[in-house]
Amino acid sequence: MTEAQTYSFFLGCVMPNRFPNLEASIRLVLPKLGINLEDLDGASCCPAPGVIRSFDEPTWLALASRNLALAEMTGHDIITGCNGCYGTFKDALSEIHEHPARLKEVQKVFKGMGLKFEGKVEAKHLIEVIADLGPDFIKKKVTKSLEGIKVGVHYGCHLLKPSKNRPWKQTQRHTFLDELVEATGAESTKYKDKDMCCGAGGGVRGSQVAVSVDIAKEKLDNLIEAGVDCIVNVCSFCHLQYETAQAQLNKELGETRYQIPVLYYTQLLGLAMGLDSTALGLDKHVVNTQPLLDKIFG
Amino acid sequence: MTDSISRETIDNEDIDTEFVDIIVKAGADRIRTCIQCGTCSSVCPSGRRTAFRTRELMRKALLGLKDEVLSSPDLWLCSTCYTCLERCPRQIKVTDAIIIMRNMAVDHGFMLPQHKKASQKLLSTGHAVPIDEANKEIRKELGLDELPPTTHANKKALNQVQEIMKRTGFKDLIEGEKTEGE
Repeated sequence: MTEAQTYSFFLGCVMPNRFPNLEASIRLVLPKLGINLEDLDGASCCPAPGVIRSFDEPTWLALASRNLALAEMTGHDIITGCNGCYGTFKDALSEIHEHPARLKEVQKVFKGMGLKFEGKVEAKHLIEVIADLGPDFIKKKVTKSLEGIKVGVHYGCHLLKPSKNRPWKQTQRHTFLDELVEATGAESTKYKDKDMCCGAGGGVRGSQVAVSVDIAKEKLDNLIEAGVDCIVNVCSFCHLQYETAQAQLNKELGETRYQIPVLYYTQLLGLAMGLDSTALGLDKHVVNTQPLLDKIFG
Repeated sequence: MTDSISRETIDNEDIDTEFVDIIVKAGADRIRTCIQCGTCSSVCPSGRRTAFRTRELMRKALLGLKDEVLSSPDLWLCSTCYTCLERCPRQIKVTDAIIIMRNMAVDHGFMLPQHKKASQKLLSTGHAVPIDEANKEIRKELGLDELPPTTHANKKALNQVQEIMKRTGFKDLIEGEKTEGE
């Protein structure tokens, strides 16, 4: 249903309200790839699949459907840069496609609200759209090769799973994001338990912080062991987890070792496209990104 | 021969035979085929560092130990990474089963205070993680609108979101004074 490459840009919560630097980098980079973004005026929380869906599934489905309906009414597919929001939209759409009664239930909730929703809209993750353009396309956009930079790629969970309801050819051992990272000239470094969760989802970060941060610690220790220069992710919640957990770990453990710069993919790509690091929001990180910038530009 | 192990580990009255039916009906339809192989526990990132055992949770659900399952804080240790669901040799939707049981727990008044707080934020702002002053400033510095073009900048949209949460019963669920175990 999408004409050319224009999408309704769904922000979610964490990105606009905690890491607007990621939003800025997406708004800057995507149009340069021919992906135009239209604001999805009046959107709400997706709502979060690990928490709100865990509390009251029908509310989750209704609010997810409202966000999807807003996009459907504009005629564009919805695009998001958060794995959690992506998971919500993919899984809500699959629920109403598999069980038409659920769509009716949602339409009943919407009665008299001016919301038209048939479930025809599609939900995309921005990395899915970039992966469709392909690594060769990305290579052509690179003006400043990131050769010599070792990247620890973190896919996150809800981008890939449940695999039955995701667009990827494989169900595990994915490589598309590694290829997109390597298209910038950087190296995607192998590390232990790369496919493991960051520990933030499912309401664990919100309610059982010690367990959540301990999961992140295991991943961070593995990333340090592998000697990466930065982490690259495609999820605002994983991003939050890696940024804040490192500061927390240093404080709690009296450590200084947890200082791996955490970049969103469009920030890494933006640097490789010769875009200004401040415009990409790299001066607005919790973990200082300057050592990485020095290594790239030094 | 006398029993050296108590036969009363699980009391008959603790078994709710309908518990698993509800889980099956809500979508985790293959849960009865569980063979207790433990694959779910072995791939669980939370289980690596806590006493949370997904296999145990599945077994208790199958036994119908409803009160024990719904009141257990362990139910909230799942990060919904979906690895167990992907790897289950019986193709049980393990993560979905956990989410279904969490819905039942909340319905019975078992909700962690931090989760209630996030729900209240959603009810009042349309965002589970709303904007704060520091990030308004950062947005401006980045050349973005001070408020994102969401329910934060659109009162009518916020009213609509709130009306939906009223209609689905979410407002009552969160603001009503449910007591645990009700």
